[in-house]
Amino acid sequence: MNNFAESFSVSLRLVFLGDAELWAIVLLSLQVSLTAVILACLIGMPFGAMLAVTRFPGRRPLVVTVNALMGLPPVVVGLLVYLMLSNSGPLGVLQLLYTPSAMIIAQLILVAPIIAALTRQTVESLNEEYADQLRSLGVTHLRSVPTLLWDGRFSLATAVLAGFGRAIAEVGAVMIVGGNINHVTRVMTTTIALETSKGNLALALALGAILILIALAVNAAVTLLDAVSRQVSYV
Amino acid sequence: MFDRTMSTLHPEHSIRASHGLLSASDLTVTLDGKTLLDIPSIRIDAGGPTIVMGPNGAGKSLLLRLLHGLVLPSRGSIFMQGDPLDAKRRRRQAMVFQSPVILRRSVRANVEFALAAHGVPRARRRSEAIRLLTVAGLQDKARQSAPSLSGGERQKLTVVRALATRPEVLFLDEPTSNLDPASVMAIENLIMNASAEGTKIVLVTHDIGQAGRLGEDVLFLHQGRITEQTPLQAFTVSPKSQEAAAYLSGELLI
Ligand SMILES: Nc1ncnc2c1ncn2[C@@H]1O[C@H](COP(=O)(O)OP(=O)(O)O)[C@@H](O)[C@H]1O
Ligand SMILES: [Mg+2]
Repeated sequence: MNNFAESFSVSLRLVFLGDAELWAIVLLSLQVSLTAVILACLIGMPFGAMLAVTRFPGRRPLVVTVNALMGLPPVVVGLLVYLMLSNSGPLGVLQLLYTPSAMIIAQLILVAPIIAALTRQTVESLNEEYADQLRSLGVTHLRSVPTLLWDGRFSLATAVLAGFGRAIAEVGAVMIVGGNINHVTRVMTTTIALETSKGNLALALALGAILILIALAVNAAVTLLDAVSRQVSYV
Repeated sequence: MFDRTMSTLHPEHSIRASHGLLSASDLTVTLDGKTLLDIPSIRIDAGGPTIVMGPNGAGKSLLLRLLHGLVLPSRGSIFMQGDPLDAKRRRRQAMVFQSPVILRRSVRANVEFALAAHGVPRARRRSEAIRLLTVAGLQDKARQSAPSLSGGERQKLTVVRALATRPEVLFLDEPTSNLDPASVMAIENLIMNASAEGTKIVLVTHDIGQAGRLGEDVLFLHQGRITEQTPLQAFTVSPKSQEAAAYLSGELLI
């Protein structure tokens, strides 16, 4: 069994000397999570904005539901996607189980409510401020959505980063639907879980360090955006 | 655009003229059983600025929003040059709100937005925005973020942005409250230029001096009712209604 110091020095060598297997895993993680976040934006932003500017019966419960979905447990999402995609499931014919696509779907389900809920919140409060002015200029209703999204861009970017942070750090869902197959569906989090249980602490630590760096970078970006937006729009 | 002399000299010239630029009768706004505005008849004619005065909560902002089509009356309807105020006619009006709404973009982009909303082709927007900003002395701030402007500059920008749409009617809701004298003067100049070019100004203010500098007639509101509509000179010297007299002498009106 490796001792900690030894694992640590091996992990440093992995990171800095560029271990091909390690970087393949990092790359796949980024590919899966970024794709999921982009899809989540394409779905969540128009949906959230629509929720913010329209009034229809059942809107309130829908808003509450979307907010609640932000807290979906990843393992449960993994289980549900697994049931959908498994051979006997309704989407079994697609043969997506244990592929990166399955992981993207699972992360999409986790991230889309975050993007939708935060977009709804941002656009709704901005619309309270803008509505009269936009109507005065003849920009009505759904046509005001692009304006509201653009002027809410800093808050929305924060929402996107929050979604990405959730996707990249998530382990339960991708483990279940991806299966953690070597060279196919192995991402940072699932590899850390597996390698730790096998006692291969060096690779786990190296990936852990990279994951922490990514998390820190995301947080730094959020803080920076916040500062920039404050400076740009102090009221 | 609005030939006042013609309509006064020849009242029969046009049936439309007899309606006034903006008019309504039997107009009420009720909310939760409370009557916020009750106006048996109102008529605002083309010509020099109409000043709307009255104590806080009298319904001045509500009246402007109503005439601009942002609020629907509970009863009655608004007419512009004798025709019902529809979306097309609303586009010939503009409004500067009591609390300025600044888009979170550059100063120039704020003006370009209004131009775009009124169908000015993209190729002409930038030069037109710069021209308008130059008139207001804001050309050096064109690329600055609009929310970072000072209070006076922000209010100037909202006036410029409203004028960018070349409105026939411009509503201004206390556009110079909280501004220093230089900013007040700059904004009054913009308003007077617009008025001289034929834009009808409807301006809410508590500043008697400003009313005197800009106004042609005064519409006094109290508790949701118009107590009088008087030429400015007569209003400041001897208002017709008790409420206006009390307001001018600084008595508290409720
Ligand atoms: N959206 C609204 N909901 C409830 N009350 C309103 C609303 N808008 C205006 N009012 C009421 O209408 C009255 C007139 O308001 P306002 O037009 O803002 O007054 P002013 O501009 O003359 O100070 C006030 O009593 C205000 O409380
Ligand atoms: Mg008001």
